[in-house]
Amino acid sequence: MAPILGIIASQISGHLWAPSGAYDSIATTTVGAGGTSSITFSSIPSTYTHLQIRGIGKNTAGVDYVLRYNGDSGSNYRGHVLYGDGATPFSANTFGGTYTGNDIAFNGGTTYFVSFVTDILDYTNTNKNKTLRGLYGVDENGSGQIALVSGLWMNTAAVTSITITAVSGTFSQYSSFALYGIRGN
Amino acid sequence: MAAGNTYVALATNTLSSTAATVSFSSIPSTYTDLVLVATLRQSTTNQDGYLRFNSDTGTNYSDTVVRGNGSTASSVRDTSAAGIDIGVMSNSANASGEFETVIINIMNYANTTTNKTVIMRTNQTASIVNAIVGLWRSTAAINTVSLESRNSGSFAIGSTFSLYGIASA
Repeated sequence: MAPILGIIASQISGHLWAPSGAYDSIATTTVGAGGTSSITFSSIPSTYTHLQIRGIGKNTAGVDYVLRYNGDSGSNYRGHVLYGDGATPFSANTFGGTYTGNDIAFNGGTTYFVSFVTDILDYTNTNKNKTLRGLYGVDENGSGQIALVSGLWMNTAAVTSITITAVSGTFSQYSSFALYGIRGN
Repeated sequence: MAAGNTYVALATNTLSSTAATVSFSSIPSTYTDLVLVATLRQSTTNQDGYLRFNSDTGTNYSDTVVRGNGSTASSVRDTSAAGIDIGVMSNSANASGEFETVIINIMNYANTTTNKTVIMRTNQTASIVNAIVGLWRSTAAINTVSLESRNSGSFAIGSTFSLYGIASA
């Protein structure tokens, strides 16, 4: 029996143990020396119940990371964030009302990597708009932030591709984005 | 496309006697991320816990916290600290049987090019909820992970510590 005790299971009660083989690595992208403006996981298999993206990232502009589904860059997203900067807690709508993607991370500076874990629930269900939740943080020994995020895509289509980009700038070398699939029974 | 099953239980420790420090050593470098899951209780006084790597006790750590206690939200920070603070643990002032829940994501722990960042959720379950990011300013691969009870405290009997490895494709 392999335990499924990650960020998803931290929020539920019961059924914290799943049969072996419930959590698979699907794909990983690690950014090379030239950097890249976005990464895409395409042809995502529909055989899982939930998806999880785990990663570290550094961005040349120190800005927000945007997640989009199925190539949709319209104003079809909503999201909220609760974060702290070491002095004050804040809560806000993500993206200041532009709503063209879900905010999943924020670099702040350009020296240290932000870490993030994002859960995308019931991604193949064609009766539900799609939701995510995440935890991200970057600490720079005197600055940085830690945040809880939620995101909504107002679309019932099954998710078949995921693109992560940044509001501006490019992802730097060694940024790494890994996609995992979590099975249900 | 799929690289196969991962999220592997590497080791578990359930305390049968109090301990000031619990360490996982000789961690294989074959995974991408580590996840440390713990239920903690301080055996005596109200103390924080420290997360440290590779037995480094220098002031090479920092952390940023956002938290709530049921009435107030706040955010605090530690800089140039001797460990990443995981928050105040459940302790002898709390009800018997109350343990703090801790889930720590240690990202890209084996690479030798980036400083190491962890993101975690911890809760002193009767009184506070925390989200924490921690930084270890070292590019060394992590081979030892330690949780330590600060200020001469110790973890109580029954505290559990489990380490998992996640390998990416």
